[in-house]
Amino acid sequence: MPANGPALVDLRQVSLTYRVGKEETLALADATLSIAKGEFIAVVGPSGCGKSTLMKLVTGLLPPSSGEVHVRGEKVVRPIKGVGMAFQNPTLMPWRTTRDNILLPLEIVAPHKQQFRRKRAEYAARAERLLASVGLGGFGDKYPWQLSGGMQQRSNLCRALIHEPEIMMLDEPFGALDAFTREELWGIMQLLWLERRFTAVLVTHDLREAVYLADTVYVMSRRPGRVVMTKRIDIPRPRTLETTFEPHFVDIVHALRERIHQEHA
Amino acid sequence: MTAGTERALRVAMPWLAMAVFLVVWELACVAFDIAEIILPRPSRIFAVTLQRWDILLAFCGETLWTTVLGFLLAIAGGLVMGLAIGASPFIYSGLYPLLIAFNAIPKVAIVPILMIWVGVGATPAVVTAFAISFFPIVVNVATGLATIEPEMRDVLRSLGATRTEILTKVGIPRAMPYLFASLKVAITLAFIGSVISETVGGNRGIGFLMLSASARNDAATTFAGLFAIAVMGVLMYAVCALVEKRMTRWAFRGELVT
Ligand SMILES: Nc1ncnc2c1ncn2[C@@H]1O[C@H](COP(=O)(O)OP(=O)(O)OP(=O)(O)O)[C@@H](O)[C@H]1O
Ligand SMILES: [Mg+2]
Repeated sequence: MPANGPALVDLRQVSLTYRVGKEETLALADATLSIAKGEFIAVVGPSGCGKSTLMKLVTGLLPPSSGEVHVRGEKVVRPIKGVGMAFQNPTLMPWRTTRDNILLPLEIVAPHKQQFRRKRAEYAARAERLLASVGLGGFGDKYPWQLSGGMQQRSNLCRALIHEPEIMMLDEPFGALDAFTREELWGIMQLLWLERRFTAVLVTHDLREAVYLADTVYVMSRRPGRVVMTKRIDIPRPRTLETTFEPHFVDIVHALRERIHQEHA
Repeated sequence: MTAGTERALRVAMPWLAMAVFLVVWELACVAFDIAEIILPRPSRIFAVTLQRWDILLAFCGETLWTTVLGFLLAIAGGLVMGLAIGASPFIYSGLYPLLIAFNAIPKVAIVPILMIWVGVGATPAVVTAFAISFFPIVVNVATGLATIEPEMRDVLRSLGATRTEILTKVGIPRAMPYLFASLKVAITLAFIGSVISETVGGNRGIGFLMLSASARNDAATTFAGLFAIAVMGVLMYAVCALVEKRMTRWAFRGELVT
């Protein structure tokens, strides 16, 4: 199991307090968890418990109020580079074609940035392959606003993946999609992960999604969020939609649901 | 009514409305026997316009280039200032109050000062046009920058983008529709600025032409000047609107473009 490897991301008693004027919100309290290289973790919990905040802390977009975040053994003090990110809303740039949107990380991330002009054709071909792998072959020339919501979200995933990041942050990327598209994208996501073995953090409200995709699921409490349950998912891969109906899978989902219900009580 | 005739009618409506307005005006002048010195008939104004065509054109040309020059300077200055203000909270808090104070000054009040500094001629008109059209451009560009979605910013930052990269990859493209939207307003203001300057104290341009005609009690020529101003204003607005549509197709999601 990848989880036994050395920790790539290490959170030690990390807390975060948002300050807006005089008002203080403790969003995350004493989060301690470590993510191994190549591990796929999922974070579930009630709304507003600090899941998105946790992502921003891991990537260094927010400095923790207390505690430390370590990535690759180094303390994080500024945004770490080259992370792939996908949010619930696709945040594609409407003035770029879908292909140019997907190429964006290559214009910014280090080895590619310098070669971008020279290797443009090669990169465009790479984008095209990636698009095809999520079922969007031939849509590169379209603008994002010419695509449906599901298609935009697929493009969004492509953008997060194109530079082959070591770390992927997925904040409810399938949240706004219909059930069929969502389940299809689980399959695609798993396939891409099996190929590339990036380290992924997935925030989701869908427990089946969490169990389908993750090696480890963390359950967080109500705000201020703490990790209240850690569940290793020992279901062999590749998992399929059939898997989601097997008793073992269903049991895990039930256990998680039970724990989250306690939070709402 | 078919869709085709309906569309044709819609295009014709402004022209029809204008024609009706002019006819009513003409008839009212005849019916109430209004003296030409008070309100000349439209037909008379057209006659004078044709008769003094070359003079009108020359004066219009002067106004046009001062307006356009002031406007171009305002675009350049406004873009730089807007980007600076939108990109940096420090510059924002330092300069924005000053800008608002400056904008609150009625621009007609600066013309006499300009005349002390640079004398009469084209310069006061250019400067007034610049001063009056600068503000909306700055505000719009700064707004465009300030309203970048935080998530977009996060995506870029976590890729390791520098501030300059965020500015060039998202900030500037995002500010463009705001810039082009402000141009329609700004060109109209620039035009007002240069005409005001010519009217307050100039020796050139359509404003000066109107002023001197009215001093001679030549109402027909004054009105001809007014018409010329209206036509120029509409044309400049139309050019800016066209440029806006062309340059920011994505902002309309392709919808408004035919
Ligand atoms: N920029 C901010 N300023 C102030 N408070 C914030 C800010 N962002 C989040 N919060 C607060 O911090 C808490 C945690 O927010 P966060 O976005 O991390 O929740 P979440 O678990 O992602 O919720 P959801 O599942 O609804 O997305 C919330 O109570 C929220 O009100
Ligand atoms: Mg969230």
